[in-house]
Amino acid sequence: MLDWRWDFTWEILPRLLVATGNTLLAALLGYGLAIVLGLALALAQRTPWRVLGMVVREAVEFIRSTPLVLQIFFVFYVGPQFGVRLSPWTAGMIAIGLHYAAYLSEVFRAGLESVPKGQWEAATSLNLSPARTYFRVIIPQAIPSSLAGMGNYLVGIFKDTPMLSVIGVAELMHTANAIGSETYRFLEPYTLVGIIFLAISLPTAGGIRLFEGWVRRKLGILK
Amino acid sequence: MNAPDMSAFPLRLEGPSVPMVSFRKVTKTYGSLVVLDSLDLDVNEGEMVTIIGPSGSGKTTVLRMLMTLESINDGVIYVEGEPLTHMPKGGQLVPADARHLRRIRSKIGMCFQSFNLFPHMTALENCMEGPVHVLGLSRKEARERAEDLLAMVGMAEKRDQHPSRLSGGQQQRVAIARALAMRPKIMLFDEVTSALDPEVIGEVTNVIRKLVAEYNLTMLMVTHQMGFARDISDRVCFFYGGKICEQGSPDELFGNPRQERTQQFLSAVREAI
Amino acid sequence: MGYFEFLAQYGDRILSGTLVTMLLTVLAAILAIAIALAAGLMRLAPNALVRGFATVYVEIFRGTSLLVQLYWIFFVLPLFGITLEKFTAGFVAVGLNLGAYGAELVRGAILSVPKGQWEAALALNMSPAKRMVRVILPQAVLIMLPPWGNLLIELLKGTALVALIAVADLMFQVKQINGTTFLSAESFGTALVIYYVLARFMITPFMRWLERVMMRKVGRA
Repeated sequence: MLDWRWDFTWEILPRLLVATGNTLLAALLGYGLAIVLGLALALAQRTPWRVLGMVVREAVEFIRSTPLVLQIFFVFYVGPQFGVRLSPWTAGMIAIGLHYAAYLSEVFRAGLESVPKGQWEAATSLNLSPARTYFRVIIPQAIPSSLAGMGNYLVGIFKDTPMLSVIGVAELMHTANAIGSETYRFLEPYTLVGIIFLAISLPTAGGIRLFEGWVRRKLGILK
Repeated sequence: MNAPDMSAFPLRLEGPSVPMVSFRKVTKTYGSLVVLDSLDLDVNEGEMVTIIGPSGSGKTTVLRMLMTLESINDGVIYVEGEPLTHMPKGGQLVPADARHLRRIRSKIGMCFQSFNLFPHMTALENCMEGPVHVLGLSRKEARERAEDLLAMVGMAEKRDQHPSRLSGGQQQRVAIARALAMRPKIMLFDEVTSALDPEVIGEVTNVIRKLVAEYNLTMLMVTHQMGFARDISDRVCFFYGGKICEQGSPDELFGNPRQERTQQFLSAVREAI
Repeated sequence: MGYFEFLAQYGDRILSGTLVTMLLTVLAAILAIAIALAAGLMRLAPNALVRGFATVYVEIFRGTSLLVQLYWIFFVLPLFGITLEKFTAGFVAVGLNLGAYGAELVRGAILSVPKGQWEAALALNMSPAKRMVRVILPQAVLIMLPPWGNLLIELLKGTALVALIAVADLMFQVKQINGTTFLSAESFGTALVIYYVLARFMITPFMRWLERVMMRKVGRA
């Protein structure tokens, strides 16, 4: 074929695999943050205080409508302008966490809406408190229909981790760039990065579908 | 919109025989549609009152307002002499806050047409949920109570099944046990057999018969099962256009209806059977 | 400096960057739509080879990130003899990436058209091509318009990455401005607002208008 060098490939592979670990860590941490924040944003939009609900709604729309890479730059650089230094990791986590929290809040909102109204009424008739109603009755039922969307965004967040390279987080893309600039060879690093991404994202997507089925069975809700 | 004038309503109902439930001039509107029109209705302790009538007459709304699922536009609902929809504040009745509603609501239980069991919990867990998390019973006490009630409704062997594995009649019986586990003083049945296949209606009506015979509960029931209503009710109310058109003992209302509307409704229902 | 002074001094660069972003978006959108239609239809083809080819394309471009694809197209393709100028590489990468997602939307929408429509067209002895163009696609287009609205916003956001290969779009301009002035809040903040305005107040209303037009055409207004 063209100039593919296998010796070089094996040489750089360990370094790329270590960086992959970093990538996975960043993705999982960011996702965890996004779930917690996303649930909070979804619940905040259901508040009886209409003004708060509307403000949160617009904020979510704003985050969803603007590029993640720009948000990453914003979070990383705005801090120092006002005297707060954030490490690339911290800034990256905050930016990615917020960005995906906005997406997940839409998924959770739809999940909460999909719970039949009768469930709320049954909870009222048993005099369950609002907190109990949410945590024991509504949210467990909102989860199965939210899983597909949550799974999509897990894969999505993993694929977006390369954006963290622009502020110097040593994940996969950043490492590939570094190898490229050191050795002037881009073919092997970038191709390997592509393959590694495929090798992780495709099975993950499949695994999520299996997980969804397991959760439905476990909760006794067979649809 | 001006707040209605509450000064005409007493802060408490006093007297020797205060009704368990009392609707005083209760009005409910949806926009321009008047669903309940200045309704007066008393239900005494231990009474079983059945509400019948055409759809849109407001019968389900009566139950839903008592269960605080709907808000009130005018008038006051009293439970055991205390206002439910309002509370006394500075010598005046003002709309009830969440705490007040929760306190009075604990006296009332409801069964729904669509059962509304929690699908992610077993029958037993459904019946334990309220007692543990609202009444504060220990899990052991709640379990004993739930098992007794499930046995009473004939669902003891199915206690570890999820609702998706139960038939409609079975689910409704579990729903009755769940409501009773909260030891309410007032039980509401909102068309509890309307979503069931005809063969299993009897399962549920038999449970309700048992309740009437063995417990001293105050009950309000909305139903289309006229024969059943005639058998077990102390009083029957015929609703029309958001008001009580006629009420009386079952024999009076079914046997000798005085109002023309009542007669029309009853003959239409008999035709349908 | 105050915000208005900032705008006065750098406004023209920000504006030129915005125009480049808009141009990239339009070009990428045209490419994405064309690819999505082609790949979506190919995914439904009876021929397994055709289907397989389209599936491979879709899985690769959806399974890897746009940034990786962009770098690959700009840095690696030249080694295969295909050298694209950076502006072109930019919108081609975005178009190819979002075309893959679009292909799934096209496929899903076509499959959502009620089976009776296919059968009626067959009963009228329409050729497969005529059936697709005159009966199925118009209805499929209406079904896929809402999710395409979201996709176009993703496309707009995707163009921001071309700044990383030094295309002078909005993202690039504010990055430069930040690099010299360190006024991060003003520069990046303005860019955020502009992207938001483009998405919420241009793309979204446009898609709603398009939806209304299509509904009238399908007779459902």
